[in-house]
Amino acid sequence: MLVSEREQLRANIEQRIKDYGNNRSALIPVLQEVQLKYGHVSEYVMQVVADILHIHPVEVYGVVSFYSFIGHKQKGRFVIRLCRTLSCDMQGKDRLARQLENDLGIRFGETTPDGNFTLEWANCLGMCDQGPALLVNERIYTQVTPETVHDILEECRTLFGVYALQEKETQCALPTPAK
Amino acid sequence: MRTTDTSKMTFSKVAPGEGLKKALTMSPEEIIGLITESRLKGRGGAGFPTDLKWTLAAAVNDDLKYVVCNADEGEPGTFKDRVILTEFADLMFDGMTIGARAIGACKGIVYLRGEYTYLRSFLKNKLAERRKDGLLGKNVLGHEGFDFDIEIRMGAGAYICGEETALIESLEGQRGEPRNRPPFPVNTGFMGHPTIVNNVETFTWVPCIVTKGAKWFNDIGTERSTGLKLFSVSGDCGRHGVFEFPMGITIQELLEKVDGTGAKAVQAGGASGRCVPACDFGRTIAFEDVPTGGSIIVIGPDRDMLQVAGNFMEFFLDESCGQCTPCREGNAKLLEGIELLKAGRCSMKYLRELCKLGETMQLASKCGLGQSSPNAFLSIVTKFKDEIMGRTENVTSNA
Ligand SMILES: Cc1cc2nc3c(=O)[nH]c(=O)nc-3n(C[C@H](O)[C@H](O)[C@H](O)COP(=O)(O)O)c2cc1C
Ligand code: SF4
Ligand code: FES
Repeated sequence: MLVSEREQLRANIEQRIKDYGNNRSALIPVLQEVQLKYGHVSEYVMQVVADILHIHPVEVYGVVSFYSFIGHKQKGRFVIRLCRTLSCDMQGKDRLARQLENDLGIRFGETTPDGNFTLEWANCLGMCDQGPALLVNERIYTQVTPETVHDILEECRTLFGVYALQEKETQCALPTPAK
Repeated sequence: MRTTDTSKMTFSKVAPGEGLKKALTMSPEEIIGLITESRLKGRGGAGFPTDLKWTLAAAVNDDLKYVVCNADEGEPGTFKDRVILTEFADLMFDGMTIGARAIGACKGIVYLRGEYTYLRSFLKNKLAERRKDGLLGKNVLGHEGFDFDIEIRMGAGAYICGEETALIESLEGQRGEPRNRPPFPVNTGFMGHPTIVNNVETFTWVPCIVTKGAKWFNDIGTERSTGLKLFSVSGDCGRHGVFEFPMGITIQELLEKVDGTGAKAVQAGGASGRCVPACDFGRTIAFEDVPTGGSIIVIGPDRDMLQVAGNFMEFFLDESCGQCTPCREGNAKLLEGIELLKAGRCSMKYLRELCKLGETMQLASKCGLGQSSPNAFLSIVTKFKDEIMGRTENVTSNA
């Protein structure tokens, strides 16, 4: 990152923390915005957030590592989370898992080399009456079959990118990452 | 088949805004009195009397109090809150506003699970409309001195944050680790201020009770579990979805309504609930008998009960916050035990030890997660001993 970009990022984070009331309860919403924008929370961001909130960076790391939707490790542009809990399990999630691995060429917990897809397990997504269910970023897919897995992935591939899907939803004031 | 028909539910028959308008003509004491008379208990699972929680929070003297709606809906097999948020959001916001009036709060927070992020903009728009209509903001509906607004905060994929003290920790920007209680949130909640945390469905029943009367509500159900309840039904039955049934319904009656007769077992209350075998289908769904936050998973005759127990133990192992030893270590041991049983390599002596461990977890864990995570394991190993002991081959699951 260029120095100016870093400064811009810091200024933006500062602003967002202010918007949320300039106290620690701003921490998670701001980390969520960073996660959404960059696909992970970098050490630099943790340091910046800690400075602004006057807490130790380890405190920030403790939070980043606790929540499964926030993380230090870089995620792909599309994070696919397949529900593995009982109702979806009974509705055939194992076959979907196999098909996702086949079509993406990766295992669960991995990201494709082109940085486009991350495959993960999720616990109950609240769609048990319409399983098996999976989340692609914020979008939910239900009654997925091994056959429709391909269509879902194609749908992602034809989208401009993760931001096309999400930016409308979040009034995210952070800069777009440099290519 | 998915057969949620919201048009038949009570929530469709109560006009949004009506209960709120009526409640604002009542004093806070009268509102709580009405809830007391209805004997409404929390719909999030624990069944705590709603009026008691509100009375305690109302009694504290503080300029800043909070109303928190628990929309973290993480219990496996539960999705009724999603349906309420989608179809009856206004009624739920009415309920939160009535709660605010009752305890003297000026701020409301909906803690929406990260998995439901797709609902956020929809709910935000609803809130904006309410502000425009004077249902939120300064002097709600023209009532001088009653200011109330609601904001939405997102969870980030942690089941434990549905536990109310963990939820508050999370709102405060901390790891979602449950607190020691006391102090209770009604005294020392969000940012140290009195806070009521209630389930989405609990809030939604409030305007219905205000509109239709406490007697209407407590005439339904049993002595200790009054009223109607939404159930999330999934698994091996003909009709999946959200259904409204009276409390006190027997499991057999419920199964008949969802085309699930012939089931081998019913998991009531999600992963932290109990597994009820067919011989006990005459039992009732009620806080005093088989409690549930609404999750009903029907388990058909061909299912492997060890697969069920194993799936739940994996869930708890994944979701334990790791703060206390009985839960952190115990869940791993129970899961290992299930693997041994699956392989047919578990002695009766060891199984008894595991059951003792489960009982210790129920007593010694710090929060509801560890206290209830052995429930499914214990009920399955005691009620389905025949099926799980002395396996000679790996029964392929879910055949
Ligand atoms: C591990 C755990 C998870 C919970 N998850 C939820 C949840 O997702 N939604 C909910 O309403 N209550 C949940 N609860 C119960 C809450 O702690 C709390 O009792 C409830 O929000 C109170 O609301 P009620 O009285 O209206 O039910 C959970 C409890 C535990 C121990
Ligand atoms: S019982 Fe489990 S989830 Fe609850 S505090 Fe202890 S370790 Fe955390
Ligand atoms: S079990 Fe998969 S959505 Fe609930």
